[in-house]
Amino acid sequence: MNDIITRGLDDLSAMWRIRALEEKIRELRLADQVVGSVHLAIGQESVAVGACSELRAHDALYATYRGHGWAVARGVPPREIFGEVLGRVSGVNGGRGGSAHFSAPQHGFHGENSIVGAGAPIAVGAALAARYDGSGRIAMTVFGDGAMNQGAVTEAMNFAAAFGLGVIFICENNRYSELTPINDMVANPDLSQRATALGIPAVRVDGNDLAQVRTAVRLSVESAVAGRGPSFIEAHTQRLVGHYIGDAEQYRPAGELDADREVEPIAALTRTLLASGVGQETLDRCERRAREEMDRAAAAALADPLVDPATAKEHLYA
Amino acid sequence: MPEIVKLNVGGAVNAALARALEEMPETLLYGEDVGKPGGVFGVSRGLQKRFGDRVFDTPISETAMLGAAVGAASFGRRPIVEIMWIDFSLVAFDQIVNQAANVRYVSEGRTAAPLTIRTQQGTAPAACAQHSQNLEALLLHVPGIRVCMPRTAQDSYDLLLSAIACDDPTVVIENRTLYAGTKQEVTVGQPIAPIGGHRRPRSGDDVTVVTWGAITQKVLDAADRLEADGVGVDVIEAVWLNPFDDEAVLESVGRTGRLVVVHEAARTGGFGAEVVSRVVESGAQLAVPPRRVALKDSRIPSAPQLAAALLPQTDEIETALREVVRS
Ligand SMILES: Cc1ncc(C[n+]2csc(CCOP(=O)(O)OP(=O)(O)O)c2C)c(N)n1
Ligand SMILES: [Mg+2]
Repeated sequence: MNDIITRGLDDLSAMWRIRALEEKIRELRLADQVVGSVHLAIGQESVAVGACSELRAHDALYATYRGHGWAVARGVPPREIFGEVLGRVSGVNGGRGGSAHFSAPQHGFHGENSIVGAGAPIAVGAALAARYDGSGRIAMTVFGDGAMNQGAVTEAMNFAAAFGLGVIFICENNRYSELTPINDMVANPDLSQRATALGIPAVRVDGNDLAQVRTAVRLSVESAVAGRGPSFIEAHTQRLVGHYIGDAEQYRPAGELDADREVEPIAALTRTLLASGVGQETLDRCERRAREEMDRAAAAALADPLVDPATAKEHLYA
Repeated sequence: MPEIVKLNVGGAVNAALARALEEMPETLLYGEDVGKPGGVFGVSRGLQKRFGDRVFDTPISETAMLGAAVGAASFGRRPIVEIMWIDFSLVAFDQIVNQAANVRYVSEGRTAAPLTIRTQQGTAPAACAQHSQNLEALLLHVPGIRVCMPRTAQDSYDLLLSAIACDDPTVVIENRTLYAGTKQEVTVGQPIAPIGGHRRPRSGDDVTVVTWGAITQKVLDAADRLEADGVGVDVIEAVWLNPFDDEAVLESVGRTGRLVVVHEAARTGGFGAEVVSRVVESGAQLAVPPRRVALKDSRIPSAPQLAAALLPQTDEIETALREVVRS
């Protein structure tokens, strides 16, 4: 097998791991074993996999409530994610963070955030610290199309630009902010131009093409490492599920989901690999292994003890 | 003409919004997902169809939403803005505290900000720390802002209309766990009451409980347990927190000589401390020291069993009441 195919299979497996984890979480949520709000990124896996594949261990990633996949791509063990959403002692934050707000700094995953846009200024701070600590760390912050309309994001971008800080801003444009199409909420649908206007080099990529995401992120990392400051990537993607579990998705035009399923990244890469001569059996194995891994991780987490309520007040202060 | 209809809390809010849009042509209704989708909790469903461009969706820009409300209000509009979770008001607190609250005062009354912020707060299982806070005390610390907290369907209807009709900036704090509850009989169409007042869902002469918001239900459950043992609990539900009905509380405490305040918000600096202070400052004769039952000062964990250990539960409220009554 040539390198391109090997890489393609690795990418496919990486995306399947995220999808299998999220589908398992959805199953647990629908069975009421997981409670509360859960936001899935099913259909958006390529952005997380492509972007994280270019980050170094010491780089800092800031995600959103739709962050399970980014955590997996950063190397957070699935059992700890399942444990977290199930309130188990194995949970990555012992149940304090939950599905929408967990973090694993030991894996360079500096957290989800459930306040739209709030991660961007914090990522700027991670890059600011790097200016003084000599670590060479760069920061990446990912947010949605809707977050572009939150003042904090524009403030963060200008702050990074003005001081030449090594921040990579990734906007996952999945066309919707909750139930509202982004194009109804902006006059200029090219969100990347906001970055350009602030003096930040910006590109728009087909987020379903993992290779495009990877290339854009690699160039951004190189630029940040070379001291040339922030970059902005608008990745066009789609979520194949509701904003949250239970979303009736009435805002979708007829036929949209069918079209999205054609282009979504796992389907797209599977097609490419088939066309390159990879056998169906090999492709199926990527999915099967991912599902087996996540079934095992979920079962292990379910067997773990619940976090002891007596610890509820721990960690409030130093 | 007043009539009685069966509505759940969400339906009552919807009915109040519809009536305001109908009877007050200067009202506007907007917020994230409020227009076309009808709100993430479905509370504004159908209103854009009925009232057209006075009901609309906004970008995720709370500062612009609330600042625009201040500006539009000063030019004759009466905006009703939905802030989906009270936690999100924090990104736009400037527009509430520095702007809306100041408009009337610093202009010597020449201009005003008759706007309503509809929001909701409270804990729900695994909602995460940034979607669980009870922040009424932050607003109550700001003179110039009116605050109410309806719970029943009737109050959700009545208080919202009073808030909209009020010429002060008013925050109506609802609770998402109540929207989809069972339908209750609601009298609609009666004259809109001025802001202020309290409710007394249980009366008794042995102990006074002052409470507000969704946790009132737990207080009532605890009160019923005491009632079964012949202990009378006077429950004052402070549906309006600004203006606060001091007189009702002092009258009750004057009879019972015992005071417990219960809120879901954190204990330290909670409005319960203010209620206790006012009673003590009034010189009211208390037979035993007053008690507060509140969230144990903490962030709110996602895992339900952890959160439950921090939040006031019916048993804890019952115990506090029994201890106060016994001593
Ligand atoms: C400050 C703030 N306002 C509103 C919300 C409610 N909210 C949560 S997600 C969301 C939509 C975000 O859309 P987008 O940025 O496109 O991200 P996506 O969910 O599509 O990934 C909104 C409005 C919030 N969490 N924080
Ligand atoms: Mg989006």
